[in-house]
Amino acid sequence: MRAFAKILATVYALLLYGFIFLPVVVLVLFSLQATQFPIPPFTGPSTRWYAAVLADTRLTTGLLHSILVAVGSSLVAVTLGFLSAWGFARFYLPGSAFLRGLITLPLTVSYLIIGMGLLVLFNRVGIPKSLAAAGIGHVVVNLPLCFAIIYSQMGDHQINIERAARDLGASEWKVLLLVTVPVMAPAIFASFFLSMTFSWDEFVISFLLTRFETTLPVEIWNLLRSGLNPKTNAVGSLVFGVSIVLVVAFELLLFRRKQS
Amino acid sequence: MNAPLVDVRNVSHRFGQASVLHNVSLRIEAGSYTVLLGPSGSGKTTLLSILGGFVVPTEGNVFIRGEDCTAVPPAKRPTTTVFQDYALFPHMSIGKNVAFGLRMRGVDGATRAQRARSALKLVGLADAFDRRPHQLSGGQRQRVALARALVVEPAVLLLDEPLGALDLKLRRQMQDELKALQKSVGTAFVHVTHDQEEAMALADHCVVMNDGRIEDEGAPERVYSQPATRFSATFMGESTVISGTVAGSRSGIITLRTPVGDISLPGEATPGSTFSLAVRPEHLLLGEPAGSLGLGEAVVGDVVFQGSFRRVLATSKRDPGIAFLARLATGSPVASGDTVAVSCRPEHIIRLKD
Repeated sequence: MRAFAKILATVYALLLYGFIFLPVVVLVLFSLQATQFPIPPFTGPSTRWYAAVLADTRLTTGLLHSILVAVGSSLVAVTLGFLSAWGFARFYLPGSAFLRGLITLPLTVSYLIIGMGLLVLFNRVGIPKSLAAAGIGHVVVNLPLCFAIIYSQMGDHQINIERAARDLGASEWKVLLLVTVPVMAPAIFASFFLSMTFSWDEFVISFLLTRFETTLPVEIWNLLRSGLNPKTNAVGSLVFGVSIVLVVAFELLLFRRKQS
Repeated sequence: MNAPLVDVRNVSHRFGQASVLHNVSLRIEAGSYTVLLGPSGSGKTTLLSILGGFVVPTEGNVFIRGEDCTAVPPAKRPTTTVFQDYALFPHMSIGKNVAFGLRMRGVDGATRAQRARSALKLVGLADAFDRRPHQLSGGQRQRVALARALVVEPAVLLLDEPLGALDLKLRRQMQDELKALQKSVGTAFVHVTHDQEEAMALADHCVVMNDGRIEDEGAPERVYSQPATRFSATFMGESTVISGTVAGSRSGIITLRTPVGDISLPGEATPGSTFSLAVRPEHLLLGEPAGSLGLGEAVVGDVVFQGSFRRVLATSKRDPGIAFLARLATGSPVASGDTVAVSCRPEHIIRLKD
């Protein structure tokens, strides 16, 4: 009976992980296809489609744009998120709980709504569709996340450390730069990498807010419109690989300290 | 008369609705070791925070070296604090921790390092310069916090329950070191604690606080032998407290009516007024040839062996509400259940203000 339950549990686990990872495995597998179509039978392995991706200037430019937007928007989101977390954690504000809720609210709103809202707003204000506009959109969605992560890690035990710095003659700016930021570094880097991950494969906002210069996910979508091709698999695998690296960096930074 | 180093004048403080300090005035002399002693909630830590500049009092003023520092932020006043949790900078080496205050004052790197080294040497941690806070024990971190606060040569060093996190043996050892350190650097120390033994061992000037007020202050010997109030008699060491009314006062002798019988003492008082007396445990005599002042008979309850003495609790036969607390030699024959005569000498009776 117990053996049966164990088999059942194993089968269930296999199905579950299969369900989650099979699409990715298929994507990566057929990116190594040697022939023209990403359909069985598997004819590889071959790196020919990766070479094709790297030779395609539209894709490589999109890649650069994606990196630019991801790094830029994450830097802004982390800076603003850190400052607001610090403000909420260290100073008394009237209606603090309500304002904190308001900051994290964009997390619950769909990217489509945020993208459309920004599109309408930018139209009105006269900001043209561009990488910068998409970057602003990514700040809107990632700022709440950075705020939530950093705020959760900003405990009371750091208050006395900051007080000690002030007591020894440090100005507010020096307290922030020499004490608070270094002490909070793991949470700051973790939220930076998570923000990068989300910006990196974000499609809807970039699609709505860019025109001539655009990010990699939008370029991939353009590529897909002309039909399936192992090149889309290859570029998709590249996007996936980068995401994995960023998420692992995030997890290592945020959870490493708790184990030690 | 010279102005004191620190002069706290009529300071009151409220946190929202809660009033934590009521019209407190305190003078701290240069080179003194002041201990603020009181139970939690007595306002001692708030008073220390006001001295350090972390809290601006609702009313009153704080003068340091004659200057009004009431609203001067911590960074700009000549005080430094040793925090209860030490608050070392975890991302900096011990040397950088100690040198931080000098760095903020714009002292150059070489001088900083040299002064940080000598401050660490002062607290006996000369070889910890390149180590990190998490590599040190609690007692060592305590010393680093001390060195870090002393290296900037403050006018007053504030210590917030600095020994609270250490075990008893280490606490007694650090206590001796603190006292020696204070004498050698000559800086005024203000130390907050709820441990009366620590207070007696360290203080030149002991300030007993309760409920936002200063109950008593002075040399620890004086506060112990002649406590001003019932609170300080019971908080600074233990006492047996007996209350009564003044039955008569004639030619410098007053007669008190108490639950354990009439007591005559030298002094003046208005007949009919209420009165409290305290006797320290080491001055109560049980079962021995009676002292000159009888306090009736009592039944011995708990007898607790405490190493060098035995702590004895006895209940008065006349009024079970009165518990005598005595300290007897270990060889004394008194045992639980005995009925003994209680007495003391008139000069050991402490008159209390309620």
